[in-house]
Amino acid sequence: MKNEKSGLIVSVSPHIKDAETTERIMWSVSLSLLPAVLMGAYFFGPRAVFTVILSILSAVLSEYIFLKAMKKKVVVLDGSAFLTGLLLGLNLPPSVPFFIPVIGAIVAVIITKQLFGGLGYNIFNPALIGRAFLLVSFPRLMTVWNEPAAAFIHLDARTTATPLGILKEEGVTKLIEVFGDKWNLYSQLLFGHRGGCIGETSVLALLIGAAFLMHKKYITWHIPISFLGTASLIAWIFGGQEGFFTGDPLLHLMTGGLMLGAFFMATDYVTSPSVKNGQILFGTGCGFLTMLIRLKGGYPEGVMFAILIMNCFSPLIDRGFRTKVFGAVKKPEQGAKQ
Amino acid sequence: MISALFRGGIHPPDNKNLSAEKPIATASQPDTVFIPLSQHLGAPCKAVVTPGQEVKKGEQIGEPGGFVSAPVHSSVSGKVAAIGEFPNAMGRMVTSVVIENNGKDEWTILKDTPDFERLSPEELKEKIKIAGIVGMGGAAFPTVIKLSPPKEKPIDTVILNGAECEPYLTADYRLMIEHPDEIILGLEILIKIFGVPRGYIGIEDNKPDAIEKMNQALQGKETIEVVALPAKYPQGAEKMLIKSVTGREIPPRALPMDVKVVVQNVGTARAVFEAVRYGKPLIERVLTVTGGGIHDPRNLFVKVGTLISHLIEECGGLREDAVKVISGGPMMGFALPSPDVPVTKGTSGIVVMSEQEMVHAADFGPCIRCGRCIEICPMGLMPSMLSIYAEKGFYEGAKEYNLFDCFECGSCAFVCPSKRPIVQLVRLAKSMVKP
Repeated sequence: MKNEKSGLIVSVSPHIKDAETTERIMWSVSLSLLPAVLMGAYFFGPRAVFTVILSILSAVLSEYIFLKAMKKKVVVLDGSAFLTGLLLGLNLPPSVPFFIPVIGAIVAVIITKQLFGGLGYNIFNPALIGRAFLLVSFPRLMTVWNEPAAAFIHLDARTTATPLGILKEEGVTKLIEVFGDKWNLYSQLLFGHRGGCIGETSVLALLIGAAFLMHKKYITWHIPISFLGTASLIAWIFGGQEGFFTGDPLLHLMTGGLMLGAFFMATDYVTSPSVKNGQILFGTGCGFLTMLIRLKGGYPEGVMFAILIMNCFSPLIDRGFRTKVFGAVKKPEQGAKQ
Repeated sequence: MISALFRGGIHPPDNKNLSAEKPIATASQPDTVFIPLSQHLGAPCKAVVTPGQEVKKGEQIGEPGGFVSAPVHSSVSGKVAAIGEFPNAMGRMVTSVVIENNGKDEWTILKDTPDFERLSPEELKEKIKIAGIVGMGGAAFPTVIKLSPPKEKPIDTVILNGAECEPYLTADYRLMIEHPDEIILGLEILIKIFGVPRGYIGIEDNKPDAIEKMNQALQGKETIEVVALPAKYPQGAEKMLIKSVTGREIPPRALPMDVKVVVQNVGTARAVFEAVRYGKPLIERVLTVTGGGIHDPRNLFVKVGTLISHLIEECGGLREDAVKVISGGPMMGFALPSPDVPVTKGTSGIVVMSEQEMVHAADFGPCIRCGRCIEICPMGLMPSMLSIYAEKGFYEGAKEYNLFDCFECGSCAFVCPSKRPIVQLVRLAKSMVKP
C-alpha cells in the first residue's frame, strides 16, 4: 500500500523476502522431468512425445478456460497445470489414442484440482486421478504397451508386456528369460529399454531428475526413501517364490512406476503431509500399499492407487504429527475442548 | 559455550556491510524535538511541564503513569512549544512534548556517583528507575520492572543480548566495538542487583571483531563470559537467545524469569551504567540509518525525539529509488507512512529500502503446503495452518494451532514461496479471538 502524501510503501513486516517462488518450484520440477521425457522419446518415438505435449496443452487450456469461466484470476503461468499435464503424459502408455490425454487432463485439472478450490486445496494428486480415471474407464487402451525401440521412427510398433506384468503372470524365471539373463534385465531396467508408461521406464533418467530436486532442496529424502525402503523390505520378505526373504527388492524398485511415483508424485507438496515425521509415515504407507497391490492385488502395478489412498490421510497425518511448540512439555495445548 | 541451539531459523542476507565499518557519529542537533510520553510498554507518562516553560537537557518532562511505566526526559535544552497529539512510528497518535531546541545543550544537574560500586541493589535500581531506562532492543519494556522479579522467582543468570540478528542493523555491533568497557560495567551492575554468580554476553559469530573486543575488555574478569552464537535469525529473540546460551526453554506464555533468566540488550546495559555512574537519563541512543535507498548509511548517536526525516537528511537524503522507510529492522520493523515521526528509546535503526531490495508481495498465492514455514518456525508452530485459517476467517482454528505463541519474527513470511503475508494474517487472527 502506498501512502499518498509521502509516496512511501507501507506494509506489514517482514520487509525482505526470499527469492524462491511457487512458479520457480513448479517449473523446476517440470525441468527435472526432462531426462525422463527424452528417454521416453528415445524409446517410444514421436508418438510418445506428442502424447505428452497433448497432455500438457490440454491441462493448461483446461485451467485457463475454467478460471476464465469462473471469473477467477488466470494464473496458468504458475506452472502447476503444466506440471500436472506433464506428469499425466509421462504416466500414459506410449501409443494411446489422442482423446485419452485430453480426457485425463480435464479430469485432473478441472475435477481433481479446480473443483476442490484450485492450487493448494486439492486432496488428491491431480495427474494420478486423471490416470486412475482413464485406467478404470478405458482399461484396454490404457494397457497397450509398445515394445521400445532405439530407432526414432517406428510406424507400426509391436506390443509387449511390462516387466511387472510378466512377473505377475508368469513369474521371475520367465522375466529373466525374456531379457536374456539377470544382469541384462537390470541394465535394461536402469536404462529404460522395456515396455511401460512413457516416463517411467528409465530409472537412470528419473534418478538424475530426483538428484536435481534434492540438490535444490525442492524435495527431501523423507517421502521417497521411506516409500522405496518399505517397498524393498516387503519385496524382499514376501516377494520371493521360494518362501520368505527370497524376494528381489531391486527388481521391484526398478520396475513399474515406483521411481516416478516415489520421487515425483508422492512428493507433491499439496497432497502429502507437510510435517517431516508425518512424511515418513506417508511414504511408508505408500510403500506398503504398493507392494500389497503388486503381490496380492488384481493389478500388476500399485503405485498409483497407493499414493492416492495415502493422499486421503495427509491432512490427518499432519494433525497427528503436529510440531512440538517451543517450550511445551507434552503435546501442544488444545485451545478448544472437543 | 553453546548449550543448545534452537530449532529452525533462517539466513537472510544481512547487508550489514553497508554500515558496519562506520564509527558512531553524533547526529546534528534538530531545531525541534517531538518527545512522545509513551515510548515504552505500559502506562503513558503524565506531562510535568507546560508550554512556554524552559527545560534543560536531562530534565524530567513526564512522570510515570503507573507501575509499569518509565519517566521521560528532555533530550535538548530549550522551550516547551506545545504538548499535543503527534504520530509515532507505529502510526498511532500519542501525546508528545514538543521542545524548541536552543542549541546550547545545557544539562540539568546530574548526580555523579564515582563510588557507585558501593551502592546497594535497591539504590542501583532506584537510579535505573529515575533515569527512565527501557529495553533498547526494540520492545522498550521498563528495565526496572525486569530487575524486580517477584520473590518466588529467583534469577540465576543474566544475559546481555548482543546478537543483533536483524539484517542491516549495526548499532549494537558498533557499541560493542567502541564501548565494550561501559557495556561490561553495566552488566556487572545487573549481576550485582541479582546477586548471581555469572553473566553472559551472547554475540552472533558473524561479528568476530565484536566478540574479540568484548573478550579483550573482559580480561581478568571471571564472572562474565562471551558466548559466540551461530548467526541465524532470530537468534536475538529472547526465547531463542536463552535457549542457545543456557539450554533452557521458556514454556509457552511464560517469561524469562520463569527459567531464572533476565535478558538485557547491550545498549541497555550501557545506559544502565551511565544512569548509575553519571545519573544520566535515557535521552540519547545509538541507531543505524541504512539501506539501499539512502545515500550515506551511518551509525548515529541521536537524541530521542529527533524526527526520522532529520536523520535521513543527515545521511545524505533518500535515493531516487527509495520506496520504503522502516523503523527497526527489515524482519520485524514498522514501515513508516511518513518519515516525520520521532526516534524513541526503542528505535534500533532506520532502514530505507530501495526498489531493488523489495520483493513486491501485493500479489500472494495460495498455500501450496510445501512445509518450509513449518521447518523454520523457531517456535515450532505451523504457520501455514495459521495463515490458511486466518485467511478463511476461521480464527478459532488458528487459535487451536497455537496462534498466541507466535511472536511474529517473520521467518515464515520470508521463506514462503507463495509470498503469503503470514505475519499480517497472524495479527488479524490475534485481534479477532481472545488468547
